[in-house]
Amino acid sequence: MICVQRTEIAIVGAGPAGLSAAASAASAGAAVTLLDRQEQCGGQLIKQTHAFFGSEKQYASVRGIDIARLLTEQVRALPNVEILNEATVLGYYQDDGVLAFEKDDRFQKIKPERLIIATGASERTLAFPNNDLPGIYGAGAVQTLMNVYGVVPGRRVLMVGAGNIGLIVSYQLLQAGVEVAAIIEAAPKIGGYLVHAAKVRRMGVPILTSWTIKMAHGQDAVEGATIWQLDEKWQPVPGTERELEVDVICIAVGLSPLAELLWQAGCAMKYVPELGGHVPVRSELMETTVPGIYVAGDVAGVEEASSAMVEGRLAGLAAAQSLGYGLTDAAGLIEEAQRQLESLRCGPVGEKIRRGLAQVGR
Amino acid sequence: MRIKEHPILTFPERKRVKFTFDGKELEGYEGEPIAAALHAAGVRVLRHSPRLNRPRGFYCAIGNCSSCLMVVDGMPNVRVCVEKLKAGMRVETQKGKGDLRAKD
Repeated sequence: MICVQRTEIAIVGAGPAGLSAAASAASAGAAVTLLDRQEQCGGQLIKQTHAFFGSEKQYASVRGIDIARLLTEQVRALPNVEILNEATVLGYYQDDGVLAFEKDDRFQKIKPERLIIATGASERTLAFPNNDLPGIYGAGAVQTLMNVYGVVPGRRVLMVGAGNIGLIVSYQLLQAGVEVAAIIEAAPKIGGYLVHAAKVRRMGVPILTSWTIKMAHGQDAVEGATIWQLDEKWQPVPGTERELEVDVICIAVGLSPLAELLWQAGCAMKYVPELGGHVPVRSELMETTVPGIYVAGDVAGVEEASSAMVEGRLAGLAAAQSLGYGLTDAAGLIEEAQRQLESLRCGPVGEKIRRGLAQVGR
Repeated sequence: MRIKEHPILTFPERKRVKFTFDGKELEGYEGEPIAAALHAAGVRVLRHSPRLNRPRGFYCAIGNCSSCLMVVDGMPNVRVCVEKLKAGMRVETQKGKGDLRAKD
């Protein structure tokens, strides 16, 4: 017989959003169960060796790897949080409100009173001939391989995409002693912060805007790539092809929310390209259209770890408050978190996110 | 393929263990993902696709995409980007979908 465990708040995913949600919900007094498939908490922060921007409240100028450690320590110090590592959530049973997960090779179930989904996002791929050859890796995958496991992906890399991930991972490849042949970007402008672009340029890496990959070459694994230029209508221009001798091609073309659990739970979803794909409709307190199910972080719309942490705090507080916890100071803390989100998303950099979020209010 | 010097990170020496890849003996660090140990040893082809028999490596390295399925100790469809290396493991290139009945 499989017995169903109980908890007040279950949180799926112990990245920046899930850890922050656990900290705020448990600090308010709720009993929290935090589930994560990895051995250690921190999500994708554990591979981010660069220092963060934003304000002091979101750990600006601290490296991602250190933020992961700080948040994990904070959550571990709270006696009312149970952390289940190496626990892979498999599904959500809508009718019973039961979450199923695998841990220690066993199928287990837990029924929470409130659920916070903070599953993050997955890397997108790109369609081009031979895009399945070994040696073509997600940029985040290369970051994991190098910064968590200490293995370089190859000798010479073509980076596809000049958003923040493409730029940052290029710099980290150089730090690990790997050559970066070029960074190509289909858009006419660099998508990431110019600070990151300047760093790789200073080290001699060309950033080619309005260029894309035509195809990869190789028998058993990548041996080279053909790139070509795009015109103002994003159409490739025959005759502009260039051959690059590379043994790795990194794909950094963005992320899509890992929203399967939200679909299973019957949350109303909306396709919002500005937020990376299908995202849940939610209230200002991060509650989805299914009462008691909250979201935080990239699964609610691909953004940055800084806003994921604040959304996590907000969702944790709101879920705890709905159970009757933290009533004296929750309102003030919620307002403060909402103010922080607003300031993180202000200015031209947050324009796209603001446009996206305007479409998902409940 | 291992990083020896890094301006920010240090990679402490871990316990070395032996395992086999398609019958050949290789060495890796205990507890690292099998894919990392293989990559460090220069192995990039992890399986061949079911229909067109095309070589495949890993793609996401965090257990999302299922590009890196291999046969480990007779068990097919193991995501080697997140499966930890243990001493004596028998790792094999997976052909096609893998056969569950073949597990010993």
